[in-house]
Amino acid sequence: MNPTNYLYLSAILFSIGAVGVIVRRNAIVVFMCIELMLNAANLAFVTFAKMNGNLEGQVIAFFTMVVAACEVVVGLAIIVTIFRSRRSASVDDASLLSR
Amino acid sequence: MTGESALFWVLAPLSVAAAIAMLFMKKAVHSAILLAWVMITLAIFYIALEAPFLGIVQIVVYTGAVMMLFLFILMLVGVDSSDSLVEKIKGLRSVAIFTVLGFVAALTSLIARTDNGQAPVGLGEANGGGNVQGIAELIFGDYVWAFEVISALLITAALGAMVLGHSEKSGVAKSSQRARSIARFRGKSIATAAGLPGSGVYARNNAVDLPALLPDGKPSDLSIAEVLHRRGDVQETKSYALEGLPKIDEEGNK
Repeated sequence: MNPTNYLYLSAILFSIGAVGVIVRRNAIVVFMCIELMLNAANLAFVTFAKMNGNLEGQVIAFFTMVVAACEVVVGLAIIVTIFRSRRSASVDDASLLSR
Repeated sequence: MTGESALFWVLAPLSVAAAIAMLFMKKAVHSAILLAWVMITLAIFYIALEAPFLGIVQIVVYTGAVMMLFLFILMLVGVDSSDSLVEKIKGLRSVAIFTVLGFVAALTSLIARTDNGQAPVGLGEANGGGNVQGIAELIFGDYVWAFEVISALLITAALGAMVLGHSEKSGVAKSSQRARSIARFRGKSIATAAGLPGSGVYARNNAVDLPALLPDGKPSDLSIAEVLHRRGDVQETKSYALEGLPKIDEEGNK
């Protein structure tokens, strides 16, 4: 099978994640959508590795996973901190700078 | 149709459907479950793409650790807090979907144009000495600096999470031993400072639900635990009084 199909799938998943980041307002769901986008990018990397016949794509995908894990850890800690002070996990409620 | 394409055409629509459904779920927990499914399908795709190491890492790190963390935080901030799907900024949703559809069109046309129909090189040669060995050679060879920097990043992130998650203990200070001692020996509680009377111990009974008798023959409520009073589990002491004995009046005369 032509691995280009995986690239199409990756593009579609990335775009779905982007819609979620824009549309959803629960900060945790927004985070999940960001994870989806990162995963889609990883799929593209792994596909490129197979297309070009070297493992560098897989190594980059591995690094991306580590960075995504860091991002989740810090991001969720921030969400918990915001929730503690405001009792809400909605991204619309954290609007102190606009007032 | 090869096995790989069959796998792709079964799993890819399922993962896209799950990803789309994720956007419409009102409760964040349902979104999390759907995302876990998408990640599992991606792990299967990795294995099909000759990346078994990444497939396993995907399952361990993403569906294992990251989704667990998500669910944990969901439980922490209230699993019932459902998101209202009403848009606050007018037209945001339609604009977002329109823009992203344009983005998809641009990406797919780009992929289609760069697809020259060439067969993929495949990882048969690169994976010759084993997939894990090949990746390890790259990570600890060409990419060793990136690896070190990323491990520093991971440690920093862990420290940052600890700093952000730390909260000063608020509210009333824990009472000291001195304060508790004063509360015990001053005021009304001096009467029971030496401890409450024990429950009744008799020749035929030795039970916590049997009140002790005071010198005047009355049962003592203090000798029974409060919870037994509330449950009504207190036994009558009088029924154990011996019958037929001559009464003794207050002066001790029979």
